Amino acid sequence: MALPATLQEELIKDQTLNDPAVIDLLSLSVTFGRRPILKNLRGDLRGKAIGLLGPNGAGKTTLIHTLLGFYEPSAGTAQIFGYDIVDQAKQIKSLVGYMPERDAFIAQMSAVHFVRLMGELSGLPPGAALERAHEALFYVGLGEARYRKLETYSLGMKQLAKLAQAIVHGPKLLFLDEPTNGLDPPARLRMIKLIREIRDSGQASIVLSSHLLLDVEECCDEILILRDGQIAVYCNLEEERKSNRKFLMLETRGDQAKFVEAIKELGCEYAITGDHRLKIVLQGGVDVRDLYQLAAREQVQLRRLSYKRDSLEDIFLKAMETGNGGL
Amino acid sequence: MAVYEQTYKRYAGPLTPEWSRFLIIPRHAYRSVFKSKIFTAFFVICFVPLLVEAILIYLHHNMNALGIMKIQIRELLPIDGSFFQTFVYIQGGFAFFVTVLVGPPLVSRDLRNNALPLYLCRPFSRTEYVVGKMSVLFILLSLITWVPQLLLFLFQAYQEGFTWFKDNLWIASAILLASVVWILLLALISQAISALVKWRVIASAAILGLFFIPSVFSAFLNEVFLTKWGNLVSLIALMGNVSDGLFGVFDRTAGTVRIEDFNNNVRLIVVTQPPLWLCWGMLFLVCAICLAVLSRKVKAYEVVR
Repeated sequence: MALPATLQEELIKDQTLNDPAVIDLLSLSVTFGRRPILKNLRGDLRGKAIGLLGPNGAGKTTLIHTLLGFYEPSAGTAQIFGYDIVDQAKQIKSLVGYMPERDAFIAQMSAVHFVRLMGELSGLPPGAALERAHEALFYVGLGEARYRKLETYSLGMKQLAKLAQAIVHGPKLLFLDEPTNGLDPPARLRMIKLIREIRDSGQASIVLSSHLLLDVEECCDEILILRDGQIAVYCNLEEERKSNRKFLMLETRGDQAKFVEAIKELGCEYAITGDHRLKIVLQGGVDVRDLYQLAAREQVQLRRLSYKRDSLEDIFLKAMETGNGGL
Repeated sequence: MAVYEQTYKRYAGPLTPEWSRFLIIPRHAYRSVFKSKIFTAFFVICFVPLLVEAILIYLHHNMNALGIMKIQIRELLPIDGSFFQTFVYIQGGFAFFVTVLVGPPLVSRDLRNNALPLYLCRPFSRTEYVVGKMSVLFILLSLITWVPQLLLFLFQAYQEGFTWFKDNLWIASAILLASVVWILLLALISQAISALVKWRVIASAAILGLFFIPSVFSAFLNEVFLTKWGNLVSLIALMGNVSDGLFGVFDRTAGTVRIEDFNNNVRLIVVTQPPLWLCWGMLFLVCAICLAVLSRKVKAYEVVR
């Protein structure tokens, strides 16, 4: 029996409130010596794939390392799935996988041996670890090379081996630090495809730190932009795009002056951006249908009508300029 | 996440107990350690003195064999504390060379390849990492020191009877303690050096240097100042004193030196050892320094302040 829509909405709302956030930042600060690296970060991150962006030295990697328990917070704390990063680090570590930015492997080991060891260290029994090591290496596309020593791997293969060790134990949250670093275009596409597959499987949340906006745009539904150790922007990419649906780009043919006058009468703001080109901001109560009717009345052809979508680059640049937190 | 399915799936099976996870490190380390045929051959040679020890104990109790070989029982070594201590020394020497071969790459290889974050991002602590790496040596060295020697002690006790066993149980504890202290010292020093020096050859040289150079210096001090207090700077001499203490043969008076000056006046100088508690104290100090080094170096990432 289907539940009434309002009740369903209530249930979803309740569930959202009861479900712990993937990452809950509770005034988290990290200081190295006297140098503050992360400053009073606050907010709960609930996305399936969270992109971590920021210029060099913004604190992206430090945030990941602190969440993994490598560094102690100097003030505040954070929670991952409701577990405190200081007091319940072991519980957290059994739920997360980590793909470091730099080359990281154990020398003189074949990939399958390496991934198996990592699986066992995560608590898998030897048999299960070996089985899942084979599976993980096939999954990332290293199936044929899994008995080769890691030292003989190319950079792209090493990146994939790092991903395999991060997912061998099937973590609930995956930290990926610059996963496409140094990859050629086909290898990058493969990595992006894998990350999207993991995200779409719904089995794991992802935190992806990258300098490459395109990578984040392709993989993530939420972004957290850091600047000087502070949150500059935290937003849902799709919602951000939806909020820009009021911006329209038009290309017209006919008497544009009369059409512009009519738009003015509707109460919409506009800007002429070129010959036969207009940018319009729709006001409340005005719909696209009204524009079509207006165009028909003024006998103006609408050759093109598109919504302006803020690209991630726009959001990022805006954040770098203003630094207004989205939380 | 079966190979043929090619999808991401979480693991929902049973997990191993947390306390046993440090043993994963030695299990995987032995695969690479015993890949070297030279090391395997050397490890087998380490058992030769134990075989000799076993043969001596066997001959001591087998009149027929002695009769055939025309050996008088009195000519054989007596099977007592000094007999076992001699073999503890011999096996200790082998343990040292096994450490020089196995110890240096244990931590340095992980540091060189940035592998520590991979260990420490899992439910596996820094302490478990250090204990795991130390247990690589502890298990290996135990197999050539106290484990076979205690078995030989039991063999001797079986031949002699329960009274001998009861009267000489202190020998078993001395074997165990002397070997374990030596193994822990070797394991800690080699791990600390391995954490400090990334290159295997240099780390091996550093371990050799740390044991032999202070011994030479200690001998020089002892000769010049007519004392044995120089032993305090030599790990080998310190361990010798501690071992003597455990086997009940430690004597602070190491001997006398007769000195004749230009006026033909003769003086006798008593050469004394440092007290046993000080020897123990020095060993503890060395272990504490090694632990401090490991605590500083075994981190996922160095913090640049």
